[in-house]
Amino acid sequence: MELVTAAKMIGAGIAVLALHGVGIGLGNIFASMVTAVARNPSARDTVFPIGILGFALTEAVALFALLIAFLILFA
Amino acid sequence: MEKESPLHQFTIEPLLSFKLGGVDLSFNNSALFMVVAAVLISILMVSAAVKSRLIPGRWQAVAEMLHGFVYDMVRDNAGPQAGKWFPFVFALFSFILAGNLIGMIPFTFTFTSHIIVTFALAMTVFFAVTIYGFVKHGFHFFGAFFPPGAPVLLAPLIIPIEVLSYLSRPVSLSIRLFANMMAGHTMLKVFGGFAVLLGIWGVAPLAMIFALTGFEILVAVLQAYVFSVLTCIYIRNAIELH
Repeated sequence: MELVTAAKMIGAGIAVLALHGVGIGLGNIFASMVTAVARNPSARDTVFPIGILGFALTEAVALFALLIAFLILFA
Repeated sequence: MEKESPLHQFTIEPLLSFKLGGVDLSFNNSALFMVVAAVLISILMVSAAVKSRLIPGRWQAVAEMLHGFVYDMVRDNAGPQAGKWFPFVFALFSFILAGNLIGMIPFTFTFTSHIIVTFALAMTVFFAVTIYGFVKHGFHFFGAFFPPGAPVLLAPLIIPIEVLSYLSRPVSLSIRLFANMMAGHTMLKVFGGFAVLLGIWGVAPLAMIFALTGFEILVAVLQAYVFSVLTCIYIRNAIELH
């Protein structure tokens, strides 16, 4: 039984490895956003909502991973 | 111990229980907060519309900003032909926004943190958009699954991928909202547990909770926005077929 608990913990840890990709993705989004605004400051109002949309869509991937971790741990 | 679990806050408790032919139709706390959200939004919009003045008061200004925000969103993302979809998207946005924000008040229940609620909303969007596409374009609607200009040789590869991505829309739409809300509230509860455990040093997690609450309010608004923007994009897809 203890082995199952340990395996669950390890599995939950592995499940959130998806955060590697999410971190890279979020960094990319905000880097591109900063570059875009720096090159053309007047485009800020059009770039910002798109960037935030991209942030929300990428962050969702992290939450999918977190959800799987929760399912492994608690369900 | 059971009450201290970070997932305990998502328990559904029947308030008025009754059954109809073996089906549990109890009025539970989830339904209660859905009613509260719908009533609050209705009061806001109706009171702004009934006693409308040329120079808006505070509440009328809030209602007008909400209306204008969603109107711009529909126009920009769903295209100029999507005007008649505005009431649908507005109802969806305001309902989710009210639900998310009410959930940020301590000791309330967040109905959007349950997959069945968000999945029902996403399936409504999915069926509405699909039926609309078929009514508008007939069988040309299937053209949406093969982008024009793509090499015909790739059709056996592209069409299954497009069909699969089309069918997975309600899943991704619902899981995104549900997972965001559930993860956020669980995280607040976990940090709350740290604050209790650490005694005097609990001020550190408490400061973290303070920052996270602000972040969660941002997420609450953002997820309502993302849900409605994606709905608008799907509507545009059905109207213009790519």
